[in-house]
Amino acid sequence: MHPIYGWVTGPLTWIAFVLFFGGLLYRLAQLLVLIRRKEPFIFSYMSFKYGLRSILHWLLPFGTVNWRLHPVMTIVTFAFHICLLAAPIFLMAHALLFEEAWGLGWPSLPDVVADGMTMVVMAGAVFFLVRRIVRPEVRFVTSTSDYLLLALVAAPFVTGFIAYHQLFAYRWMLVAHIVSGQVLLVAIPFTRLVHMLFAPLTRAYMGSEFGGVRHAVDW
Amino acid sequence: MAQSAKSEAKQIVDPGIEKGAAGLTEERIQAVIHRVLKGESGARLKVYVDTCVHCGLCSDACHYYLSHDKDPRYSPVAKVKQTLWEMIRRDGRVSVDFMRRAAEIAHTECNLCKRCAMYCPFGIDIAYLMLVVRRIVHLLGMTPQYIQDTAHSHAAVSNQMWVKPDEWPDTLQWQEEEARGEIPTLRIPLEKEGADIMYSVIGPEPKFQAQLIYQAAMIMDMAGVNWTMPATAGWDNSDMAMYTGDNEVMGRIKREHFETAARLRVRRIVMGECGHAFRSVYDVGNRWLGWRIPPIPIIHAIEFYHELLTSGKIRVAKKFQTPVTIHDPCNVVRGAGLHHMAREVAHAICEEVVEMYPNCEHNYCCCAGGGVINCGPPWKNKRIEGNRVKADQLADAKIRGAKVLIAPCHNCHSGLEDINHAYELGLDIKFFGDIIYEVMEKPGA
Repeated sequence: MHPIYGWVTGPLTWIAFVLFFGGLLYRLAQLLVLIRRKEPFIFSYMSFKYGLRSILHWLLPFGTVNWRLHPVMTIVTFAFHICLLAAPIFLMAHALLFEEAWGLGWPSLPDVVADGMTMVVMAGAVFFLVRRIVRPEVRFVTSTSDYLLLALVAAPFVTGFIAYHQLFAYRWMLVAHIVSGQVLLVAIPFTRLVHMLFAPLTRAYMGSEFGGVRHAVDW
Repeated sequence: MAQSAKSEAKQIVDPGIEKGAAGLTEERIQAVIHRVLKGESGARLKVYVDTCVHCGLCSDACHYYLSHDKDPRYSPVAKVKQTLWEMIRRDGRVSVDFMRRAAEIAHTECNLCKRCAMYCPFGIDIAYLMLVVRRIVHLLGMTPQYIQDTAHSHAAVSNQMWVKPDEWPDTLQWQEEEARGEIPTLRIPLEKEGADIMYSVIGPEPKFQAQLIYQAAMIMDMAGVNWTMPATAGWDNSDMAMYTGDNEVMGRIKREHFETAARLRVRRIVMGECGHAFRSVYDVGNRWLGWRIPPIPIIHAIEFYHELLTSGKIRVAKKFQTPVTIHDPCNVVRGAGLHHMAREVAHAICEEVVEMYPNCEHNYCCCAGGGVINCGPPWKNKRIEGNRVKADQLADAKIRGAKVLIAPCHNCHSGLEDINHAYELGLDIKFFGDIIYEVMEKPGA
C-alpha cells in the first residue's frame, strides 16, 4: 500500500469523521444554547406535529406550490440531493471499506446504479452552476463562496467517477477522491452546507408557527 | 444585471431618513449594528443567515419582484443581501448611504407579508429579517417620517392618530347619537365592567372613519351582544411601533390594551377589521410581553361575524346582490387562517362571490401593510408601482364579474383604494361590516 494512501484512509479519515460529526453536534448544541439564552419562545412554539407536517410536504416532489412553480428545478434538486446522499453511503466500495475496518456491513448498490447516481450528481451540479449564472435573481445573490461550495460538493463525485472508470492517473485520482470527500465532510458543519442539519429545523419552526399560531399551511 | 430603466428608482427624499442620516457617523452605525446583531438577535438571525443557500426560490413569492418585471433587486433574498448580509460581512462598518438604502428597502420595499416564508424550501423568515433591519434603522433614528410620527403618537397618547383623551369618548357618543336616529334604543356602552366583549378599534376609525364605529354598534345592538368599549386609553389595538422596530413602545401599548380589557373584566376582546393590529396582539406583542398566547382571548371581526351569522344572532334580510370578490389580508390569512371563515361569511351575506387568484394563503399582498402605507405620501407612487400584479389580479376578477372588492383589513383597504384608482379598476371596496350593516335585518329600525 502506498504510504499516502495509507495516510489518507487512516488518520485523515478519522480526523474528517470526528470533525464532521463533532462539528454537527457543536452547531446543534450552539444553536440550542442560543435559543435558550435569547429566544426561548422557540421551544414553546415548536410543534412536532406541525413541524413534521411541513417537512413532509416539502420533502415531497411537487408537494408545494413553489415546487410546482419550478418543475425542472424541483426534479433536479430532488434527484441531486437523493443521489448525493445515497450514492456514497450505499456504494459497494465504501461499504466494503467499513466491513474490512470494523466488520460492519450494510446492503450496497450495484456499481452500475451508483455510477448512474454519480452522473446525476455531476449533472445536477452543472445545472446549479448554469442556473446561478443564467438566472438574474440567482446571480444577483451569488458570491464566490457559492461557486466554491458547489465545487466542493461536486469534487468527490467527479474524482470518484474518474477513478472508478480508471480514466487516468488512477492512484492520484483515488487520493484526490478521498481527500475531497474528507474536505466536504469537514465543510458541512462550518459552511452554508450546514443546511443539511438546519433546513429541517427552520422548516419545522416555520411549520410550527404556521400550524400552531397562524392556523394556515406553509406550502 | 437586468435593470429596466423604469425601475431605476427616482431618488425619493424622506425627511425622517434624512434627519437621522445627518447626524450619523460610521462608528455609531457600527455600534448600533453590533447591538442588534450580536446583542439583541439570537438563533433565528444566525440560522437564517447560515442556512440560506442563495437559491433565489423565494423570488416568485414577492409582489414587488413580480411587479417590477422580475428585477432581481426586489427578490426577498436580494433585500437581505443588500442589508443584513453586507452588515455582517463588513462587521457593521457600513456607510451612511448604505443605511439610507437599507432603511428604504426595509421600510418601503417589503410589506412583511410572509408570503416568501411559504416559498423558501427552508422556511426562512425574511419578514423577520427585515424587521431586524428596521430595528437597526429605528435605533439610528432613521425611520421614515410619517410612520415615525405614528409611533410617536402611540408613545404619547397610546393611539395611532393623536386622538386626544376627550376626543375618544366624544366620538363614541357622537356615533351613538347618530345611530340612535336609526335605532332609538341603541347604546355604545362605555366602561361597562363585566361585559362579555370589549370591542377595540384602530386609531383611524375615530379619526376619520367614524361610520365604522356606527356600523359596529348597530351590529352589536342587533345581535344583542353584551359589549363595551373603554373610555380610556387602551382602546386602540393598532401598533405601528411594531413595524418601526420600536419594540419597547410596542410592548407598552399592547400591555395597555390587555390591561384595559382586564380592568373591564371582559371575557374576550373583539377587534374590528384590521390586519396588522391582529398580528400585534395575537402574534408579536404578546410574545414580546412573554405570553405565548394572548392573556385574554381576542378574535378578529371575521371570526365574530362568522359566529353571529352561524348562530343566527344576526339575520340577513336580503343578500347583497352585486358580485363580490375577496382579498385575503396577510395578517388574518397567513397570520390566522381566517380565509375559510371569510368565505363562509361572504357567502352568507352575498349572492355571488367571485374568487381572485391566487387566493387564500397564496394571495398577493395589498402592498400597503407592514407599515409601508404608513411611510406616507413620499412613498405612495413607489408603493403603487410595486404592486402591479395586484392590479392584474383584481382586473382578472373584475373581468369574471366582480364589482365589489371586500378587504377585511384597514391597511389593505387603503392600499387597494390607491391601486384601484391608479390602475383605473373601478371596483367598489368594502369591509365585511359595510355589507353586513346593509343586508342584515334591523328590527326596531
